[in-house]
Formats: sequence, C-alpha cells, structure tokens
Amino acid sequence: MNIVENFDLYAPRLINKKELLSSGHRACSGCAEVLAVRLMCKALGENTVIASATGCMEIASSMFPTTAWEVPWIHVAFENAAAVASGVEAGLKALRRKGKIDDRYVKVVGMAGDGGTMDIGFQALSGAMERGHDMIFICFDNEAYMNTGIQRSSGTPMGASTTTAPAGKVSSGQKTWKKNMPEIMVAHNVPYVATACPSYPLDFIRKIEKAKSIKGPSYIHCFSVCPTGWRSPSHTVVSMGRLAVETGVFPLFEVENGRYRISPDMPKQLKPINDYFKPQGRFRHLLAEEIDTIQEKVTSEYRKLTEKARFLKTGNE
Amino acid sequence: MGKRVGLEVTVAVAEAVALCRIDMAGVYPITPQSHIAEHLSTLVADGKLDAEFMTVESEHSAMSAVIGASGAGARSYTATSSQGLMLMHELLPIASAMRLPITMAIANRAVSGPLNILNDHSDIMPQRDAGWIVVFAENGQEAIDLSIQAFKIAEHKDVMLPVSVNIDGFQLTHMVEPVEMPTQEDVDQFLPPFVPHATLHPARPVTMGAFAMSDYFTEIMKAKDEAVKNSKKVILAVWDEWAKMFDRSYKPVETYKADDADFLILTMGSMGETAQLAIDELRVKGVKAGLVKLRLWRPFPFAEIKAAIKNAKKLIVTDRAVSFGGPGGPVFSEIKSALYAETRRPAIYNYIYGLGGRDVTVHDFVGMFEKIIADTGNVAADTYEFWGVRE
Ligand SMILES: Cc1ncc(C[n+]2csc(CCOP(=O)(O)OP(=O)(O)O)c2C)c(N)n1
Ligand code: SF4
Ligand SMILES: [Mg+2]
Repeated sequence: MNIVENFDLYAPRLINKKELLSSGHRACSGCAEVLAVRLMCKALGENTVIASATGCMEIASSMFPTTAWEVPWIHVAFENAAAVASGVEAGLKALRRKGKIDDRYVKVVGMAGDGGTMDIGFQALSGAMERGHDMIFICFDNEAYMNTGIQRSSGTPMGASTTTAPAGKVSSGQKTWKKNMPEIMVAHNVPYVATACPSYPLDFIRKIEKAKSIKGPSYIHCFSVCPTGWRSPSHTVVSMGRLAVETGVFPLFEVENGRYRISPDMPKQLKPINDYFKPQGRFRHLLAEEIDTIQEKVTSEYRKLTEKARFLKTGNE
Repeated sequence: MGKRVGLEVTVAVAEAVALCRIDMAGVYPITPQSHIAEHLSTLVADGKLDAEFMTVESEHSAMSAVIGASGAGARSYTATSSQGLMLMHELLPIASAMRLPITMAIANRAVSGPLNILNDHSDIMPQRDAGWIVVFAENGQEAIDLSIQAFKIAEHKDVMLPVSVNIDGFQLTHMVEPVEMPTQEDVDQFLPPFVPHATLHPARPVTMGAFAMSDYFTEIMKAKDEAVKNSKKVILAVWDEWAKMFDRSYKPVETYKADDADFLILTMGSMGETAQLAIDELRVKGVKAGLVKLRLWRPFPFAEIKAAIKNAKKLIVTDRAVSFGGPGGPVFSEIKSALYAETRRPAIYNYIYGLGGRDVTVHDFVGMFEKIIADTGNVAADTYEFWGVRE
C-alpha cells in the first residue's frame, strides 16, 4: 500500500490537523525543506519552543513584521541554534523549578540547515548534545548553503556541482565525501539519533514523536530536497526524496541507546544511484566511471550500516 | 546595612550576582574573568544559588545561551574578557536589538596579538556600537554595586537593554579589597523580580529575531538608539535610589578637585584612584590640577562631560586602547566630538597608556600634567601619544 498516494485518506487520522507553520511563508515552490518543517511542527505540537539558525527556513518564515510561526520561535544567528536552544531549555527549566511559569512540559527544538549543523554550527551542536540538554536538534539537510546561493557545504555529496565547487573543464564538482553527521551524533552517545525524509511523512512524524518522548538530547537528520539548488523539477521533490532513500544514498535508520535499526521503508534491494542522479542538474556533468565510484561508496556505506543494525541490536542501554 | 568583608573582587562580584537571584548563567573560562564563573558554580553546587549554571563550550555559545534563556524570561548572566568578548561580538548587537536585559561582567583584558592576559580596554572598545549600556567600575565596591544595579537598569520596562559592567582585569578583579556586601533583604527590596514583556513560552507564542529588510531596518536602528539614549533617565533614577538605600552615590561623570582646576585629566576604570593621588601631589605643589572620571560610557553623558570640563584650560584624555591610524584613542575621539560645538573648550591632549597591563604610577600622571603645562604652543593638542613607550 502506498501511503503517500493514500495520504488524504489517512492524514486526518494520523497527523495533527493544526498548522503550526502557517501558509504564506516565502519558500520556493516545491521546497521539501519547508514541507519537512511543517510536518515537524505537526508532530511536535503546541508545547514547543523552536530556536532556528539563519538559512532558508528562517528567511522564508520570518520577514518582519510578519511570521509564519504559531509556536514560540527565536532566531539569533547562523552558527548558534543549538546553543540558543540549550539556553532556552536551561531558562525554562529554572523558571519551572522556581514556579515562575506554569508547570507544563515544553520541548525545546533547535533547527538548522546542513551548513548551520555540520559546518559553522558544529561546535555549538556538539556542546549542546554533550551537555545533555532536554532538546531535539533537527538538521534540514539540502546539501548546500541554499540561502546564500548554493555554495558547497560538508553535507554536499561527492560530484555535485555547486557555486563554490562547480563542475568545470578540470573539475567534477564536489571533491569530498559527505560528512556522516548522524554517526558523529551517535558518537556523542545521545539517547536517540534518526535519519528521516518528508517523502516518508509517517516515518518522519513517528521519529519526531519518539525524539519528543525522550528526556534528554536527540538528533534527527532530515533529508530535504531542494529543487532550486539541485536543478530538479519542483513537482518531483517527493519522488526525489524517495529515490534518495531507495538507492541507499540517504538510508533511513534510527539509533536508540546505541542500538541500530534500519527503518521499515528501506527496500530489500537498492536501486542504482543513477536513477536518482539523472533528473538532477547538479549531477549532470558526471561521467559513467565517476558515477560507478560513487555507486561503490554508497553500496559499501549501506553495507556497513546494515551490519551495524545486525550486530548492534542490543545496544548499550 | 551590609557587612564589611575582605574579598577578591571577582568573588565579590559573583556573590553580588547571586544576591540578585539569577535564574541562569552561561560562562566560559578566560583569565582574568574565570574566578567569577568558578565562584558562581560553587554557589550553585553548594545550593546557595538556585540557578542553571551552563558550562558552555565557548563564549559564542555563552552569549547565545544567555540570549535564549533571557528570551525564555529567565534572569540571565554571563561574564568574559578579551578574546571571549571578541568571540561574542557578533551576538552583542543582536541581544540589544532583541531588547533582552542580559547583564555581563567584563574583566577587561588586552586583545591579542600578541597574546597578553593583562589589563587594558581594547576588548570593550570594539563593542562600542553594540547598543549595550556600558559602565566602568573603579574599585571593588563599585564592581559589586554596579553589578546589582545592572539588573535593575536592564530590566526596567523603559530600558530593556543589556548592560556590561567593566572591571579592569587583575588591577581590579584580582585585588582583595574591603567591601560592604549588601544583605539579601536589601537586594530583594532594591531589585524586584524580573517581569519580561514577552517570553518564549507556548502560553503566548511570539516570534523573536525576525529578519528585516530596508523597509524596516532604519526604523529599528532608530528605535534602538532612542532606547539607549532614554536609558539614562532610568540609570540616574536607579543610582539615586541606590544612594538613598546604601549611602553610596553614583554619577555618570565623577570629579575630584575639578571645579577650580586649570588642568584636568580624564580616566575610565581603575586608573582613577591612582590619578587621584597624583592630583593631591600636584595640589600640594600648587598646581591647579583636577580629575574627571567617566563611569558611563554608553549612553555617553554629553551634558555631564561638558559641565565637568568647561572651565579647564587644558585637558588630558587618557585611553587604554588604540584606534590604529585613527584620530586618537576612542575616549579622546568621543570627548573631542562632544566638545566640537562648544565655544569655550580646553586644549585636549591624548595619552594612550597602560596597554597590556603596563604599570601606570602616580609619577606617570604627574609627568603627563608637567608635560602639558610645559607645552605653551598646544603642540600636542589634536593628536595622540603613546605614554611611556620605548622607541
Ligand atoms: C557568521 C555567518 N556567516 C555567514 C553567513 C551567511 N549565511 C547565511 S545562511 C547561510 C547558508 C545557510 O546554509 P544552510 O545552513 O545549509 O541552510 P539552507 O539555507 O541551505 O537551508 C550562510 C552562508 C551568516 N549569516 N553568518
Ligand atoms: S532554495 Fe531550496 S531549500 Fe531554500 S526555500 Fe528554495 S527550495 Fe527550499
Ligand atoms: Mg543547506
């Protein structure tokens, strides 16, 4: 059964109807990142405070004097969303302990793009996770600095052409492998790490709800198709996200207390990565042998992951 | 009334901040600030202070966390020095634009390079236009008093701005001084609980830190400028109230033997006490010397400065930071522009001194006076000189 195709049928019963990110925001049409943010809000519900990094989602949602946010939301700078979120969490904790605010449980969430998470925001995130704040951090990974014009980040995949790692006569675009951020978070020993993609809305929502239920730090890495930056048709973002998953380029999994679990949406047999690469302008320059090299890496990385899921089932809880 | 105790100034400041019943502190270690952080964490560890003490991984995150906590409605505090302050720099104008009443101690220390851990004002001067209220302490007692007053000023509904209390590193922070520590009852009476205007809480969702383009940006800057200027009324009122309660008075500009002085010197921070001794020595010799101490750096007290120096023939402005290739030290530039429209104004000399902890003695101050008095042609006026430099 294809849940996405039967979405209208199931959505009202499975998903919080209330919109906490209102329409009228200024994201590009077909933006999967804003779709993910909207789903995230539905899963989090009203008792949430969000600290956002600078980036597409901040710019699209908060042009003064308007706002798309129906939940309390703060933006301070690019590299510090995790630190701001940790401060909000500490502040609310103290106020609640002292009886200065009502006693309801509020989940604090930090959010940033791949740049705001994996590059410039890396230190602040590592610090916040290590300190063990009761917060979720969500990386909306569209694989480049989109807000400032599609420059490469450490989340840009090998071979993708960006405005600072362009394909040219003597270059095939990005020269480095994508930083494995979920594994770095696992190495922080946080209780819950998951990857997700809004093309799998129910899986995504379940993972957010799981993170929300954990008292302590958790990290979700959300794959967010960006038609503008990837030069792919804006009506294909949902299927593009699915192709990334089905090819193993972006596997869906979760790690709970060190225990790995491949998400049920992962296919038994991976599709060739070319299915995913072909519709995207950013990969168009790649030669067959370059694609083969990337295919080898994707296959071997996925094998490593499935082995972890096999051997690290019991975890360290 | 409080108790007289002998305390290292950093410890006294931490004790004073604890009396303010902060909810949260986020501090990163740096000499000469660290003892504030250490003592605060001890107070929390011993259950004497009910606050979240966040051991952040950098000063950038310290200021970020304090912004987040203050946005949540918590009374929030941080302290830093030098490189730490430079690392926070990006966030300082954001804190003031968001109108968050954060307070911060700055144990003033020279900015690298070369690396140097000792005192001057090169850390605070690059923060001049961040939209913070900036005060300077001259001694341990002032460091305590200003730290407590800072919360009341910052959180006043007509202010809602962050405040930094500048305390000269080592020269002041690491002195053990006899101070009067206010009692908890007195501080509770002086400082009401923080009632934020809007908070990050689902009870009433707000958006903080929205981005603004050219159609609003200028208005927001003007509003911030008005807020900083208007804060002076509240600052004066808070200092009046403090004087009545604690019998210690605070003014934006303090003077010493300045009324009839022909020759004045202007200092900021802990140098005032040494300069005062020089004035006494010069007065004994019959030189009509006087001292002006600038306590309030932002908002800049134009009227008080003009009133304090209008009768002098010559004025020495001392600076503990350099504006490389610029018009002179930052304090000098400010005083000169403040006096530009005045018909009667003294010749102004600028000495840059006490950099990176270079010792400044009574003898140095006397020397400065002797030099300007001997200068009949006002040659040094309108320019600056490094005092005591080896060339
Ligand atoms: C300290 C700092 N450096 C650079 C910038 C410019 N900048 C703003 S957003 C951005 C890129 C954001 O990329 P990412 O985090 O991936 O989010 P996206 O826009 O792709 O969603 C950059 C480089 C900034 N605002 N602050
Ligand atoms: S550039 Fe990409 S991520 Fe940014 S709003 Fe447009 S589609 Fe979304
Ligand atoms: Mg990005």
